[in-house]
Amino acid sequence: MIEVNNVHKSFGDAHILKGISTTFEKGKTSLVIGQSGSGKTVFLKCLLGLFQPEEGSISYNGKIYSELDADEKRNLRSEMGMVFQGSALFDSMTILENVMFPLRMFTKQSKSEMQDRADFVLKRVNLADAHNKMPSEASGGMQKRVAIARAIVNKPKYLFCDEPNSGLDPKTAIVIDDLIHEITDEYNITTIINSHDMNSVMQIGEKIVFLKDGLKAWEGSKETIFKTDNEVVTDFVYSSELFKKVRQMYLEERQ
Amino acid sequence: MKYLHNIGAYFIMIKDMFRKPTKWSVMKTLIFKDIDDLIIGSLGIVAFISFFVGGVVTIQTALNITSPIIPKYLVGFATRQSIILEFAPTFISIIMAGKVGSFITSSIGTMRVTEQIDALEVMGINAINYLVFPKFIALMLYPFVISIAMFLGIIGGMAACIYGGFSTLNDYITGIQLDFIPFHITYAFIKTIVFAFILATIPSYHGFFMKGGALEVGKASTTAFVWTSVVIILLNYILTQLLLS
Repeated sequence: MIEVNNVHKSFGDAHILKGISTTFEKGKTSLVIGQSGSGKTVFLKCLLGLFQPEEGSISYNGKIYSELDADEKRNLRSEMGMVFQGSALFDSMTILENVMFPLRMFTKQSKSEMQDRADFVLKRVNLADAHNKMPSEASGGMQKRVAIARAIVNKPKYLFCDEPNSGLDPKTAIVIDDLIHEITDEYNITTIINSHDMNSVMQIGEKIVFLKDGLKAWEGSKETIFKTDNEVVTDFVYSSELFKKVRQMYLEERQ
Repeated sequence: MKYLHNIGAYFIMIKDMFRKPTKWSVMKTLIFKDIDDLIIGSLGIVAFISFFVGGVVTIQTALNITSPIIPKYLVGFATRQSIILEFAPTFISIIMAGKVGSFITSSIGTMRVTEQIDALEVMGINAINYLVFPKFIALMLYPFVISIAMFLGIIGGMAACIYGGFSTLNDYITGIQLDFIPFHITYAFIKTIVFAFILATIPSYHGFFMKGGALEVGKASTTAFVWTSVVIILLNYILTQLLLS
């Protein structure tokens, strides 16, 4: 479980996060949503330890990150998996080498053991035949699946995804969403996804945190987000024509 | 203030380069890859330039020695001194700042832009050690490149001298052996090691701390080349003053 308590983060005069508090539970897929510029990526980077909040604390299973020493921080980071928006695959390595990379860095496994584990996770993301391809030879959807395989290969306790289905067609986006959700269930990990895609919210959002101008404007689940009267949230959720019509139908049905 | 900030950040990067070392089995592979990219990959251009510039130095020297009382073997002497003292260590380093430096900045800068460095940091890896240290170790073989440059520069001079009819082979060989001071080789290699350190670290700094997108990668490569050249020229002056005067 991750507990976030009153986190503030600024860059120069720009106050990006203005006191966010929330919790992310183990075994659940949580989504942090909001418009571009709402502070989602800065928030995620604070959770990852890439940015240090000026105020507030973030704790992982009761351990406050800022109070850990360098070795403890390093150990905690090795328990994290991250899927970047642009996949961030190492372009000088093959797909198999990319997936084996965290094992090479953090385990003492033999080459065959590492290869077996990498084979297993590549099969899990339906990429059993892509071992020797370079990342540049893979499609956007394949790259995202490799990034997921790399993120879970070392059995992380926490999985972070920054807009995992951006730039993908709707069908592939659903496949990626489902895959992340299934992995969260299967490995019982704490998963946090940054997104502004309402399809993802509907598909996998067990917990949703809505950010607006660096503040938590709302939190709930995919069931409650469509029923909320919070104007900031409804403005965002029903910004597309499709969702406007769905809401209209829902309101008509209620009357 | 910005310059002071950059100088401070550069020295912090140097310190971080030796902290939290990457697993040796991984580091070994990275070092071999960088030796291939930075040293072996530069041999062709260094050999080509050294041979022909050696020839040009000889021709220029020979054409400027018009007095009949100046012995012809001075052509070989002047070529040897120019190549060993300045051309091989300093001017090859300026060329390498363009070739190797821009390669280092653009490869690390592209990793920054595509979040590959963030991916390393999220995994708890010291990205500076992982990316910069192997380049630093690979470039410790740079004196090998400079030795080849010295040898081929003198051979190029010899070829130009004989085939251009400026002096005989015997005169040229007498010239390159004349008043040989072994410390000049030591001086050249001291400079080479210092320049190798500069070639590994300044372009890495500009790549690692760049901000922006693809356009900024190009700008960072240019800036890295300019600063690497400026620092090499300045250090060349300081080292020459300290070691030779």
